[in-house]
Amino acid sequence: MKALLGAAALCAFAAMGAHAETSVKILRPESNSPGLKQFFTDVIAEYEAAHPDVNVEIEYFASEAYKTKLPTMLQSEARPDLIYSWAGLTLSDQVKAGLVQDISASLEPDYLKTFTPASLSAFSEGNAVYGLPMEARLVVFFANQSLTDKAGVDLAGIKTWDDFLGAVGKLKEAGITPLVAGGKDKWPLHFYYSYLALREGGPEGIRAAMSGDGDGFQSPTFIGAGERFKQLIDLDPFQPGVLSTAQEQSNTMFAENKAAFMLMGDWAYTQTIGVEQGKLLDGSLRILPFPALSDSKADQAATLGGVNGYAVTTGAPPEAVDFLKFLVNAEHQREGARRALFVPVLQGTGEAIEVPFTKEINAMLEASPSHQIFLDQFLGAQVGGTINDISTDMVSGDVTPQDAAERIQEAWDFR
Amino acid sequence: MAAVNTHAETSSAIDKPRRKAINGRLAATLVLLPPALVLFTLFVIYPLLGSGIYAFYDWNGYGTPTDFVGFANFERMANHSVFQQSALNSLKVIAVSLLVQLPLALLLALLIYRRTPENTAFRLVFFLPYILAEIAAGLIWSFIMDGNFGVVADITRALGIEPYFLTSDRSWAFTAVLVVIVWKYFGFHMMIYIAALQGVPKDMIEAARIEGASRLGVIRHVQIPMIKPAIVVSVFFSVIGALQVFDVVIPLTNGGPANSSHTIVTYLYTFGLARLKIGYGSAIGVTLFITAVLVAVFYQRLFMRKPA
Repeated sequence: MKALLGAAALCAFAAMGAHAETSVKILRPESNSPGLKQFFTDVIAEYEAAHPDVNVEIEYFASEAYKTKLPTMLQSEARPDLIYSWAGLTLSDQVKAGLVQDISASLEPDYLKTFTPASLSAFSEGNAVYGLPMEARLVVFFANQSLTDKAGVDLAGIKTWDDFLGAVGKLKEAGITPLVAGGKDKWPLHFYYSYLALREGGPEGIRAAMSGDGDGFQSPTFIGAGERFKQLIDLDPFQPGVLSTAQEQSNTMFAENKAAFMLMGDWAYTQTIGVEQGKLLDGSLRILPFPALSDSKADQAATLGGVNGYAVTTGAPPEAVDFLKFLVNAEHQREGARRALFVPVLQGTGEAIEVPFTKEINAMLEASPSHQIFLDQFLGAQVGGTINDISTDMVSGDVTPQDAAERIQEAWDFR
Repeated sequence: MAAVNTHAETSSAIDKPRRKAINGRLAATLVLLPPALVLFTLFVIYPLLGSGIYAFYDWNGYGTPTDFVGFANFERMANHSVFQQSALNSLKVIAVSLLVQLPLALLLALLIYRRTPENTAFRLVFFLPYILAEIAAGLIWSFIMDGNFGVVADITRALGIEPYFLTSDRSWAFTAVLVVIVWKYFGFHMMIYIAALQGVPKDMIEAARIEGASRLGVIRHVQIPMIKPAIVVSVFFSVIGALQVFDVVIPLTNGGPANSSHTIVTYLYTFGLARLKIGYGSAIGVTLFITAVLVAVFYQRLFMRKPA
């Protein structure tokens, strides 16, 4: 018996010895992109080769499950060291709860200076830095020029919202579905509402609503956005069955020439239209920035999209920060850009982009005076969910612009 | 006194083996109960008490709940139009289960309960939907009902009419969910009835026949009364199951369009968990739990008591 126990203890000790290396655990939502997964595999292999005593593990969760399980995971023993983050209020909540750590002490000022200011500010508050951004995302109108030409729509002539509404009308007349969207997932429709709010009030208008200035979310910024959106909805622009179409389905429909426009994040190109699917639509695919509102005082060049990266959790070993710096170094930013997986956030690394589509997205981001994070992430899960809901309900005709703004305010108060 | 003594003496003589038995039972209880009790406490009682407490807080799941809000979560829930719709939808599921699903299951069970090779084949076919995972069933039906690619699309195309999107239509989306629920679960209840029908003594049916009972008469006056316990159990399962419908809805409609096809549980998930309003979600969960317990207790009292 004693011998057996001794052997067991020895085994346990040996096992501990084998695992004496530090492990860095990364948790991120599942990606549809095999290219992105390969990118991670490559970077991790490279890091582990240079640091034999560090073991980097990456785990993928389904997107919704990732968001709902994260609070529990962060407060458990199984806490990951690096977590994927869309920044915004969700990150602030994690900071407030003390679940992510300030890593500014381990970051050289020279390194921080290489980030684009908008991307770094998403992951910092004052001088504190809670993680590093890795990729910039941009929401644009994907346009199918072969269809717009057929309807006699001049893409270059679409500058304002009214121009855009006119184009939608022309497409309807020509019997072409103007817009395709994945309304079953709701968030693709929130791009319209959020972009219109950004055009109405600018980033200042959104921040004013958050701090409760004036009428809060019932301000002209949001009610105006609803009214503009309703102008579009009244034209019945979407594909039939828009509310039961999943987001992936709508991407595919667009790639199959089923509609002239799609308002979507640039990742759709990598994943379902371009790079990884054999360059569908090449030759007829065009990008259109979201049109301007001619009578708005806000800066009409602001962009909507994401700044995504990784936050460092409390208690994570220094190796986690070290790996994160390695992941977001200039070389890997260039590599990701070269593979057209994302638009990088380190200044200058965008030059490495070879794919014309991604190049154009990068140029638009570089020219953007302010980059607003997706409202459904920026305003946190509760308010974000409500924005997705009201955007969908407006399309189904169940909500007026006033009610929509009221519901957002209510959700904000109940945050 | 003497009488008592003699009684004590005799009883002690008889009690010896019994006491042994009692000791044995006590030992068995002491050995076998704790694991079950610990697991039950850990995975049922503890979370239950937890959500009972969280329900009174406004809490996003981070840190410990500190913002005590009393009954605000419950008030909010009662006044939320989407919750009212979800509760109504759950009632619809109960109604359709009882009025459509169970009669259908009974009818089919009566047709195929006899042991013949053909009946075995039919039983398998009818039972198949129940074996299928809920998520898969929901996805399959969402493809069937899709107006662009699905069976519905083929039908509308063949008839030369405009494509129709069942799950995009506020007034029909939940009906689609109900159809799938009936399709998915009738096989289970059918199996319960088949097992019960096979247990009805053949001579009783023959006797009824000889007495001149018609086929319907036999069903009404012999078979259904004989399988009443099975019916009582299947009604119970179907009501409790109806309150818990979740995984068929998510892939089929995801609660949409415009949050019109939520059940109480998908509402809980969407507005409680997915939005990180853990306190609110707990309040919904507690309400659902109390409802289910009340249903269970009253139902058992009313229908599942052994005949006196």
